[in-house]
Amino acid sequence: MGLFSRLIAKVKGESGSQISASDWQELERALIESDLGVKGVSEIIELAKKERGEDIESSLTSALSSWLSTNSRQLASNSDRLTTVMVVGVNGTGKTTSTAKLASLLNNDGAKVVLAAADTFRAAATEQLQTWGARLNLEVVAGPQNGDPASVAFNGAAAAKESNASYLIVDTAGRLHTKSDLMDELGKVRRVIEKLTPVDEVLLVVDATTGQNGINQAKIFAESVSVTGLILTKLDGSAKGGIALAIERETKIPIKFIGTGEGAGDFAAFDATTYLQGLFQA
Amino acid sequence: MFESLSNKFAGAFSALRNKGRLKSGDLSDIANEIKLALLDSDVAISVAEAFVKQIEDRSLAVLDDVNKSTNPSQAIFNIVNEELTAILGGSARRIRLAKNPPTVILLTGLQGAGKTSLAGKLAKWLKDQGNTPILIASDLQRPNAVTQLQVVGESVGVPVFAPEPGNGVGDPIRVAKDGIKFAKDKLHNIVIVDTAGRLGIDQELMQQARDIRDAVNPDEVLYVVDAMVGQDAVRTAQAFLDGVGFDAVVLTKLDGDARGGAALSITQITGKPIMFAATGEKVSDFDLFYPDRLASRILGLGDIQTLAETAKSAMDAETTAKFEKKFIEGADFTLDDFLSQLEAMKKMGSMTKLLGMIPGANSGAIKKQLEQFDDNELIKTQSIVQSMTPIERNDPKVLNGSRRARIAKGSGRAVSDVNSLVDRFQAAQKMMRQMRTGKGGMQMPPGMQMPPGMAAPAISKPVQPPKKKSRSGNPAKRALES
Ligand SMILES: Nc1nc2c(ncn2[C@@H]2O[C@H](COP(=O)(O)OP(=O)(O)OP(=O)(O)O)[C@@H](O)[C@H]2O)c(=O)[nH]1
Ligand SMILES: [Mg+2]
Repeated sequence: MGLFSRLIAKVKGESGSQISASDWQELERALIESDLGVKGVSEIIELAKKERGEDIESSLTSALSSWLSTNSRQLASNSDRLTTVMVVGVNGTGKTTSTAKLASLLNNDGAKVVLAAADTFRAAATEQLQTWGARLNLEVVAGPQNGDPASVAFNGAAAAKESNASYLIVDTAGRLHTKSDLMDELGKVRRVIEKLTPVDEVLLVVDATTGQNGINQAKIFAESVSVTGLILTKLDGSAKGGIALAIERETKIPIKFIGTGEGAGDFAAFDATTYLQGLFQA
Repeated sequence: MFESLSNKFAGAFSALRNKGRLKSGDLSDIANEIKLALLDSDVAISVAEAFVKQIEDRSLAVLDDVNKSTNPSQAIFNIVNEELTAILGGSARRIRLAKNPPTVILLTGLQGAGKTSLAGKLAKWLKDQGNTPILIASDLQRPNAVTQLQVVGESVGVPVFAPEPGNGVGDPIRVAKDGIKFAKDKLHNIVIVDTAGRLGIDQELMQQARDIRDAVNPDEVLYVVDAMVGQDAVRTAQAFLDGVGFDAVVLTKLDGDARGGAALSITQITGKPIMFAATGEKVSDFDLFYPDRLASRILGLGDIQTLAETAKSAMDAETTAKFEKKFIEGADFTLDDFLSQLEAMKKMGSMTKLLGMIPGANSGAIKKQLEQFDDNELIKTQSIVQSMTPIERNDPKVLNGSRRARIAKGSGRAVSDVNSLVDRFQAAQKMMRQMRTGKGGMQMPPGMQMPPGMAAPAISKPVQPPKKKSRSGNPAKRALES
């Protein structure tokens, strides 16, 4: 039985019984194990204790909700011009897959989508996106291996405008936020696209298994390219992805989408209720 | 945001120092601080608790000695560092080569952990030691994983057995089996099998991993894990241990700024050694695992060795050699040297990040200075030095008022900027002289780095032979059962 069901059963069984100190401790551990961060968790627990609702689950949910960003979770869309989305993040988080999944989602809604393979660095990254493009029947603009990623992105923007597409999604190479030259390169990709068309969204892909380092990732990516939203991937695994909520709290950048598998359809708009419940359902 | 353990120690002990002797109650306060710092470093909660208990017990046993030492805080800190290093390196060992070649190495891990890149790095490393490895492309799942391995293999000059195109086509078990046969026929002495990433909780794919394992009968199964992972590390490591089993761990992406506490949890929970560490995207960014480096990283002491190596790689060999020669000969550190260092620093990455790798640089006054020394300042400094004549760069003492005014004008800066640079440079120069005579510490003013390349103190020993007690307690299993 999950932690909550157990606690709730307990409260219901013994009418008027209090949540004991050790119950709170158990909850605290569950939240720490979700990667919310140890300091933040003690704050959450304090907050939840203060709420003192009948229902511990709702106290906790409302405490956790106070960390959610109030910024819009809607993906930008423009009726009169191309909407451009950059997908960024550290290595291996699921950028290329998420690029494809987002394209598929938009395409299923009837929008015309063009992809740009601006990861010219990692071996076979371009081919990886091209394979997705072929599966989804979408145009993929690519350049030579080790070529300039900014010019691939620029060509992507030109092609998307040319073909009157609604969306351009730019996949970029994975980079650690600590490499300032690579972060500068990302800034340049953005600026070069903006010579042709505004960049409407920069989505940072965060792997649900990420620990406390996620905060640094988000802060530094936000500084370099003004991140507008998060994609939280690999939520189909055993990790709860609490770091994303900690990032929301710290940076106000909202989670916009979640990834739940390796298929094109394993992707959805973020739903706060389900996510928050997942955090403490041990 | 995170306070490192070294900072916590500084804080906890300055309060204690006024009280005189440490009492056992003080120890439990310290233990709690240590626990919080470990959690901030992504050490699993159960592991952090057990570890802290161990520290408390050991400190208590030697409390009298600790109190007699001139610096009790240091004494306890040393205990922490020793225990940490012992766990991280406790069961360490080298790769086992099979008596009858080929030696088969199977790579497993989550999606995106870095298996394919690692396959190339490991192949190169083994090849450089005179082996004749071959790579087998058994990740037929992720789009173009096969292509990626082929490109990587080619770049390190190692053949790749890839009969199937992948992208969902082909049987990875069959490929693995045929690959072993091929390797035997072609007399390769080592085979590295790359597999698709999979989730610990995916029963079907875990079965497939077991089938691949049984088909190739590996000598070493390596579990590849991203250094940035958080609390899930233990759950997933345990799932792989139960699902396919593994013999050792490889840590990837250690070139970032994650503390890497998850690695402590994984070795502790599984009892398996960490064998290798990957520290960058280049095929050469790969080495044996050094437990003491990770220990100081988890403690927030700074990874001085990695800093020195980063510095070395950013500077071209010629410049480094020049510096080393000068340093050994006792020649003075000039503004020209300073400028080449700044340029190397720029190549290496953000100044504040880098300086954060220096022990002590995270605390108090130094930290404040660091925060002020942003990368713009670096550009400013660079422009000033570039406006100096060679004579001025070699001997800043000639910089009189009119020269300073000229430099300020030439670089588009204020005279006060020039003055402050010269002052800081002179302080650094002095520190260099002290370092040479062994009096200087590591705490240099920002922007006044020790000459890269020569700064690598021999603090890192490669892995030590086993010395580890086995430990009980398995929260990961418990979590899986619920
Ligand atoms: N289970 C699961 N796997 C995912 C998810 N998203 C991506 N993956 C897998 O994670 C691995 C890495 O995904 P990529 O999309 O290549 O990651 P990336 O960020 O583009 O990687 P680099 O470009 O190398 O930095 C692949 O095996 C994907 O199939 C997800 O939501 N769940
Ligand atoms: Mg990619």
